[in-house]
Amino acid sequence: MSQVAGTGTEPSVPAPRETGAPDGRALRIEGLHKSFGANHVLKGIDLAVDPHEVICLIGASGSGKSTLLRCVDLLETIDSGRIVFFGHEITREEVDEVLVRRQMGMVFQAYNLFPHMRVLRNVTLAPVKALGLSVREAEERAMALLGRFGLADKAGDYPDRLSGGQQQRVAIIRALAMRPRLMLLDEVTSALDPELVGEVLDVIRELASGGMTMLIATHEMGFAREIATRIVFLEDGVIVEEGPPSQLFDAPADDRTRRFLGRAVGAGRG
Amino acid sequence: MPAEGSTSAGVTPLPSAPGLPPAIVGSPGGPDPVTGGGLLGGDPFRRRSRLFRTERGRVVTSTVSTLAVLGGIVTAFLLAPGSRQVRSVFFNAHDMWRAFIGDPHTGFYSVGKGILLNIEMFLVAEVLILVLALVIALVRQSRSPVLFPLRMLAIAYVDFFRGVPLILVIFAIGFGLPALYLPVISYQSAVVYGVGALVIAYSAYVSEVYRAGLNSVPFSQIASARSLGLRPRTALRYVVLPQAVRTIIPPLLNDFISLQKDTALVAVLGVVIEANRAAQIFSSTVFNYSGFTVAAILFLLLTIPLARFTDHLIARDRARRLAGST
Repeated sequence: MSQVAGTGTEPSVPAPRETGAPDGRALRIEGLHKSFGANHVLKGIDLAVDPHEVICLIGASGSGKSTLLRCVDLLETIDSGRIVFFGHEITREEVDEVLVRRQMGMVFQAYNLFPHMRVLRNVTLAPVKALGLSVREAEERAMALLGRFGLADKAGDYPDRLSGGQQQRVAIIRALAMRPRLMLLDEVTSALDPELVGEVLDVIRELASGGMTMLIATHEMGFAREIATRIVFLEDGVIVEEGPPSQLFDAPADDRTRRFLGRAVGAGRG
Repeated sequence: MPAEGSTSAGVTPLPSAPGLPPAIVGSPGGPDPVTGGGLLGGDPFRRRSRLFRTERGRVVTSTVSTLAVLGGIVTAFLLAPGSRQVRSVFFNAHDMWRAFIGDPHTGFYSVGKGILLNIEMFLVAEVLILVLALVIALVRQSRSPVLFPLRMLAIAYVDFFRGVPLILVIFAIGFGLPALYLPVISYQSAVVYGVGALVIAYSAYVSEVYRAGLNSVPFSQIASARSLGLRPRTALRYVVLPQAVRTIIPPLLNDFISLQKDTALVAVLGVVIEANRAAQIFSSTVFNYSGFTVAAILFLLLTIPLARFTDHLIARDRARRLAGST
């Protein structure tokens, strides 16, 4: 059922041990449609994610990966379908989306750190203002995370003093400080210089080995193959094919998948 | 470069040594074999003027040009046919001093004391404007359907008070409200009406400045705050507003420079003895306009430091942006 990555090892990142929802799923997306005006971006997405699974969403730009993540984080209002998060349908009218988002961590392509706050305050703001932690508790939690990912000495810096890779790691830590049950990573290395990609991927690897449930939109095919428990290929707003990395990369069943992988490898993203 | 063939006396062109490349720099070089020029040492890249190159040259140049311009203006003023008359009416040192300190026996007020009232009005108005304008801007930015009527009201408010001359607003409030004989509202002092008019009119302008600032915060910042589970109010307070305020400080200070001097318009209400009004009374008592000159000087003393401070902030902001973009 649930594929726990890195079982037996001590979770290196605080990821909750999921007991699971009644149906055992961390996330279930059913018949999800989303349009922006006349642009029909998601055309009926069905996807179930088990606790501790790492799902990599691949597909060309505009295939709907980012929109899907934003819909899960309730940053977009969906047109139809439903999203069930640990047994709770979060797309109902009466759901307070703010409470849902506090249990999900989202990381964006452009980091989106708060430029007017030092790194430490970037990380502690939401735990203090949203979870009601004391500043001291939040700072301890933040310093522990910063220390784990080698950024303790940057706690007092403003984001513009940091490299892109460091900023993106802070953004991941900022999301982790909320102790999310699900992480949504939206092309988190796409804005980085090539030599900075590795340090960010290392953080994600550590999250995966700690058992974090993750939904990752990415163009890094090699990384996806290495880290994902399952690959989901999107094209034109529909899931064309999904399966374990070995199957999807080595023996894709669908022509469209094959074409896409051919192009992606041709573009040097193998 | 000197024109070809203008060999100055005393410099004999030497034939260039065979085997050596034609000199580009260096004064006594031979004639350039290509152009045939090579005059006066033939430095094709030599600057025409050395005037602006050294720091000292720059200082000397700017001093000379400043003195020339100022001297010209002063000379024109002094040579004007009515110069003597204007000087004795506007720049009479004795009367300027009398206007500054005031003279209760003769029946006119101190312009120097009046300016203090201007400063008080300015400070009170500024705080109220900052608050009211923010409220207006937030209402206009809101998307909630409940606030729709307020949103319409805010738009009408801004359109109206940005379009009406400030002096008419002061008249309307200063003379209109007392005439209504409403409880409390109609029985305030003229200073209150004056400040009220300034607040009402300036809030319309400043709310637009706020709005520009709020719009300058990228939506990705808001998305990021929301994804962290912050309530809209919390995101506004800690993420959006601080960034918005940072960008609008220079234009805000700009508006406050004009507010500072527009406090003088309250003089039209007649009974408020601030600097401008004191100067008016002085001039009508002594038949000399030096009081206005004093008021002008005092206003300049207030606004110029604020203007320089604004410039400083803009320069700092620019430096930070340039540093951040590397």
